[in-house]
Amino acid sequence: MFDILQKSLRTGLVTIGDPIREFSPPPAFRGAPHFDFGRWENPAETAAACPTGAISVSDSGAVREVRVDYGLCIFCGQCAEAGGGAVSVSREFAQPVLDRQNLVITARYGLDGQGRQTRLLAPPARGASGESLERTGAAARQAIRKLLGRSLAIREVDAGSCNGCEVEIHSLNNPLYDLERFGIHFVASPRHADMLLVTGPVTRNMELALRKTWLATPEPRLVVAAGACGISGGIFGRSYAIRGAVSDVIPVDVYVPGCPPRPEALLYGILLAVGRLAPAAAAPASAI
Amino acid sequence: MTAARRNAFDALLHSGALFPGSRREEFPGEVRVWPASIADRPRAASALRAEGCRYAAVFAEDCTAEESSFLLFDVLDHPGDSRYLVLVWRIPADSPSFPAISAQAPAVNWMEREIQDWFGLEAAGHPNPRRVALHDHWPDVHPLRRDFPLETELPLFEGPQHVYRPTIGEGVFYIPVGPVHAGIIEPGHFNFAVAGEPVIYLQLRMYYTHKGTEKIFERLPWRHGVFLAESVSGDSGFAHALAFCQAAEKIAGAEIPPHALFGRVILLELERLYNHVADIGAIATDVGFVIANSHATRLRESLLRLNEEVYGSRLLRGLACPGGLRRPLERTAVDAALERLEDFRRDFEEVVRLIESSDSTLDRLDQTGVLHPQKARDLGIVGVAGRASGQDLDVRRDHPFAAYGSLSFEVPVFEQGDVLRRMRVRIEEARQSLGLIRAAAAELPEGPCRTPVPELQPDAGALAAVEGWRGEILYWVRAGSDGRLKRCKVKDPSLNNWPALVEAIQGNIIPDFPVINKSFNLSYSGTDR
Repeated sequence: MFDILQKSLRTGLVTIGDPIREFSPPPAFRGAPHFDFGRWENPAETAAACPTGAISVSDSGAVREVRVDYGLCIFCGQCAEAGGGAVSVSREFAQPVLDRQNLVITARYGLDGQGRQTRLLAPPARGASGESLERTGAAARQAIRKLLGRSLAIREVDAGSCNGCEVEIHSLNNPLYDLERFGIHFVASPRHADMLLVTGPVTRNMELALRKTWLATPEPRLVVAAGACGISGGIFGRSYAIRGAVSDVIPVDVYVPGCPPRPEALLYGILLAVGRLAPAAAAPASAI
Repeated sequence: MTAARRNAFDALLHSGALFPGSRREEFPGEVRVWPASIADRPRAASALRAEGCRYAAVFAEDCTAEESSFLLFDVLDHPGDSRYLVLVWRIPADSPSFPAISAQAPAVNWMEREIQDWFGLEAAGHPNPRRVALHDHWPDVHPLRRDFPLETELPLFEGPQHVYRPTIGEGVFYIPVGPVHAGIIEPGHFNFAVAGEPVIYLQLRMYYTHKGTEKIFERLPWRHGVFLAESVSGDSGFAHALAFCQAAEKIAGAEIPPHALFGRVILLELERLYNHVADIGAIATDVGFVIANSHATRLRESLLRLNEEVYGSRLLRGLACPGGLRRPLERTAVDAALERLEDFRRDFEEVVRLIESSDSTLDRLDQTGVLHPQKARDLGIVGVAGRASGQDLDVRRDHPFAAYGSLSFEVPVFEQGDVLRRMRVRIEEARQSLGLIRAAAAELPEGPCRTPVPELQPDAGALAAVEGWRGEILYWVRAGSDGRLKRCKVKDPSLNNWPALVEAIQGNIIPDFPVINKSFNLSYSGTDR
């Protein structure tokens, strides 16, 4: 007993400050890729280096459309190696969003008669469409915040993940992140939960279990899809055994990019879902 | 280290009696034999088992387009040989059946049934030929056949649920658990039959996270396969990526620069370390010693942060690549890491002392969840679980890869096979990992971190093995003709080890299940793929 106390005293307080506002990753951290669209001369070669198809190029007439999807990105950095100096790896994690489309950046380039890329036609834009696909509007988020903002119970559901996301979700509970200080805790049953934190591409064998878990969660309920696989299928994509992304099976409120998302990104996504972060204002300078 | 292994397989194969009329060829780390007839398989299995061979993996390949046949592979390990023996059996496409050997070698039970499910090859004579890899409600499809398109859309779940074997007796009842569990863990279903508190029989239902990973490897350009390998089992990402790279490198005959060989040791041991520390804490918490777990999760976080500070990724992702490592390990960063690891070591030893001096903790772990060495041998249990039950196996020593051949370390082995010993294997291995990292860092040579790997010669195949933190990871990679792979077989140690849990739980009380399960800590995704 004395040894236990002595060890605790010697260890002291290890909990870190606000993980989001005070986020300061080490210099070596490989975060979200940053694209200098104006200087990017070889998007097709860069796209070929991307293992998940997060970068895609389609030519039509005199226009080349380049799409970068942070929801598919596994943050491997291959694009930075292939991007001819126009792509670099930043030290920021890709931000969780309320609208899946906000993980996509689209740029349009001109093509000359030989099909060679000429110049950027317009500044790159977030989202593929102008229409917002946010499931919960600002008013609804306000109501949710009142109800769930101070004390939130989460049921984690692995719907087919590789368990990498689970490693980082576990990290949220360690004494450094200490999730419970935010009034957030993980519960054993969906019946006790306000939020489902779902990982993995949804496999054919987990689809029913995920639906049942969602139905067992009392309303109002929130769903956070974590990781590239949960958002889009990630490196796995489509297969005979995969039903698709989480949003193909149940409605999703927040998308947390990453492979896996680091604990700060997970916390960010959870707080965003309950309206404790304003989507734009509280955000650190975006990598996007 | 024990005496170096030699070439026991040569003596075994020398007379020709075992495989009459067979062809034989040497490959790096592998002796490959093409026996004349699949009918000889059961006889060979009995003989090889009697000689002390262990079935490490069994898998199949569809070669119906090229040679009108399927291939069945048996991968065997022998304590007296530093190579694996790979038997390549031919199954004519017009008689899609093979003699099962699960009765002689229970270790291959699930693997033979996987082949039956995925390839539609009948495991003739299998004592329990029910589906395992495809759940009961799947239509009659064989997704790993080449004529089955990867993205086939199958109908939604419907039809009967799985029927569990009945356990009959006065007062016996069932406790069904999962696939969604109470903790933050992966999905699987456990069907316990209990009489009072003791568990009589546990039936497992896995493959909930089956993603078609082996087939998805065939869709990717082969160099991108390393990223999929990282996602077979996220907590073993580096080990899986390394095994994949080693298989491709063997096919290409690539000479890996020494800097990468030693760097790979450092990274693989860092992965082992952060997982072992977490498991030691989790075992303590499952018997109520929560404060030890707080220390352990704190220590794990310090290692994840170290990974990121030195190598840019908390889970060591994006580092392995065919030909070496994507980035060099900088001397100053490595030295800084060593300093941090020295602090870690002191801290870790104090936490171990807390656990080892807690009688109430040890009392709960000692003789709990016993897996007897004989059962471990019969079931082909590997890795941490195997070593706690007398199975003196470690790929790093027995089939040296990366720079392990030039580094010295001990392989801890216990005979008791209980939770306590599975924890102590981890404690001792964590110590050995620290020593290995230090030794590899001291010898880390200057020079390039990677070498260009040429395109893979179509149809060439290779086997590679890595000792991940759970145990033996095997990859069989066969190159295709279009810059893609024809086959990538993934064998995570969890696939070998799940039956051990079934044995270890019997007779224990159900409240001890969490700690027994945690002491194995197997990967669901690694099993289900």
